[in-house]
Amino acid sequence: MGRGFRIVVLIKQVPDIEKVKFDFEVGRIDRSSAPAETNPFDLHALEAAVRLKEKFGGLVTAISMGPKQAESSLREALARGADHAILLTDARFAGADTIATSRALAAAIKKLGEFDLILCGEKTVDGDTGQVGPEVAELLNVPHVAYVSEIREVAGDKIVVVSDMGDKYLCEVKLPALLTVTRELNAPRLPTLRDVLSARKKRIEIWDADALADYEDPNRFGINGSRTIVVKVVVPGTEKRKGIILRGGDAVEKLFNILEEGGFARP
Amino acid sequence: MIGGILVYAETIDSKIHPISFELLGKAREIAEKLGLEVWSVIMGFNIREHARDLIYYGADKVYVYDDESLKDFDVVMYKDVLVKLVREIEPEIFLVGATPLGRSLAPRVAAALDTGLTADCIDLQVDDEGNLIQIRPAFTGNILAHIKTMSKPIMSTIRYKVMSMPTRDENRSGEIVVKDPPKKIDTGIRILGRISRRAVNITDAEVIVSAGRGLKKREDLKMLEELANLLGGVLGASRPLVDEGWITKDHQVGFSGNTVKPRLYIACGISGSPQHLAGMRDSQIIVAINADPSAPIFRYADYGVVGDLYEVVPKLISMIKRVKGVGGS
Ligand SMILES: Cc1cc2nc3c(=O)[nH]c(=O)nc-3n(C[C@H](O)[C@H](O)[C@H](O)COP(=O)(O)OP(=O)(O)OC[C@H]3O[C@@H](n4cnc5c(N)ncnc54)[C@H](O)[C@@H]3O)c2cc1C
Ligand SMILES: Nc1ncnc2c1ncn2[C@@H]1O[C@H](COP(=O)(O)O)[C@@H](O)[C@H]1O
Repeated sequence: MGRGFRIVVLIKQVPDIEKVKFDFEVGRIDRSSAPAETNPFDLHALEAAVRLKEKFGGLVTAISMGPKQAESSLREALARGADHAILLTDARFAGADTIATSRALAAAIKKLGEFDLILCGEKTVDGDTGQVGPEVAELLNVPHVAYVSEIREVAGDKIVVVSDMGDKYLCEVKLPALLTVTRELNAPRLPTLRDVLSARKKRIEIWDADALADYEDPNRFGINGSRTIVVKVVVPGTEKRKGIILRGGDAVEKLFNILEEGGFARP
Repeated sequence: MIGGILVYAETIDSKIHPISFELLGKAREIAEKLGLEVWSVIMGFNIREHARDLIYYGADKVYVYDDESLKDFDVVMYKDVLVKLVREIEPEIFLVGATPLGRSLAPRVAAALDTGLTADCIDLQVDDEGNLIQIRPAFTGNILAHIKTMSKPIMSTIRYKVMSMPTRDENRSGEIVVKDPPKKIDTGIRILGRISRRAVNITDAEVIVSAGRGLKKREDLKMLEELANLLGGVLGASRPLVDEGWITKDHQVGFSGNTVKPRLYIACGISGSPQHLAGMRDSQIIVAINADPSAPIFRYADYGVVGDLYEVVPKLISMIKRVKGVGGS
């Protein structure tokens, strides 16, 4: 690989789950209630990409599809070692389900040209499907390995990884390929102040739906291209739990009795 | 011709994963409502003998692909087989278990078929107009989304242990269709081998005693393990303990660990973060032991003991030992 690795990392900006408010009476998610952050799993994908680049040389491109604000996640990716960042932003991308998202991301990767490896997170904390990675791989017709918890070696045009499917499997996959990664893969470094400052000077490319028209029909992006629709959102209350607090000196005894009656502490 | 609901029967080590039977049970229920048949597909090596089991659990027709080339889970190979089968038999609905394997395979199939896929569903319902409504948690388990698919087949992955296990009926009959194995092609993927098995299968446990950051040192896990053993259960943990290296990830419960649904879940020294709740909130009975009365876990618990786990747990252990007649005290 004389020219080094061409790596694409897929990054999504998500709301900070600890802060986002869910209204369980009307079943509404108030995204504006929470600050945005980069999907935590994607930072592990980015770290893996940067380490491969450091070892073998190459170029790391971060791609995100989202509203204009998602630029800040790409800015963070640049500070963390990406060389290049592209934001897919357009009203026509909005309302996308996983397949429509995957089409936009796959089209953008095609437009970029040659690549050796695509890295993405195992799942997002909001969409929470883990589908975008394997779908992008299928649309690009490359093999993928999911739940990668270790990258063992890179030899020629092959990469050897550990896939954590409950049991762990050693897999060899021919490049170009896509990997979805777990948190075990690495510990992402914090960018230094210098990294942050130099990332500020880099340009983030903005592509709209028309920019991808040579690679995918723009009618197949966003809500128009989605195959699923959300008919309703319910915020589960906690009322179905008994919520009995056992108090007093005999609290443990009460708990014991409950366990015994439940058949859990049979002789 | 009657349409069908196709169920993917997952095999591991040439055995059927129990989720496959759960899916058949649910498929049967929906099939009755919509006037469809239940079909199943099973692939692997030396798995032919299981086809009959799928009929006993509810399938009307089973498609079998039994070949050495399908011994290992090569996602591209498996996808090719399923895509070809779906194009041939055109099911209305296609259900896959939301296991790691299913969640890697199903999206590839859906993308190839250009159809919608709903991830990790915890329920399937049929609405008044006969639409399939797929219910799934999102936002780290904070919401439940009701989802409709506008394309065919409707595809979903379904979480393990949320559908009830149907009874096995050896009097059921059905058709077994042995299919030609796929052409061996180089997909670029080679499975070099299994390098470790999970130490515990926490997703199958009936009782889980979980440890959180309320634990002061690693050795104290022994105490909770003793409680787990006495209750016939296994030890679980919140993520910080796994990150510390106190316990392996097999034991981790939560959003980036395992989703569990035991009959009894005892959370010891766990605050109840959304990420932890995402993995255990559907447990049948939840008990929380926590020193802080305002810990969120109490809002999700059936029974809570506000107290120091270092006092509560040893007391509980000795009481259980007394009825069990083990040890002294
Ligand atoms: C993307 C992402 C994925 C994550 N995935 C997971 C996951 O899969 N699983 C998971 O668990 N977390 C996960 N987390 C982490 C999660 O956010 C919390 O940090 C974690 O669950 C907290 O663990 P804890 O409750 O053990 O610790 P803490 O929140 O620190 O709670 C400790 C509790 O112990 C109590 N306590 C202290 N001493 C005692 C005592 N002596 N007796 C009784 N009680 C005591 C305290 O009152 C406190 O409530 C994830 C986070 C992110 C961002
Ligand atoms: N809008 C998006 N932009 C860029 N990457 C995305 C987007 N959505 C999902 N991904 C990638 O796909 C992974 C799985 O996402 P999901 O299928 O939503 O759980 C994420 O961890 C990201 O790496």
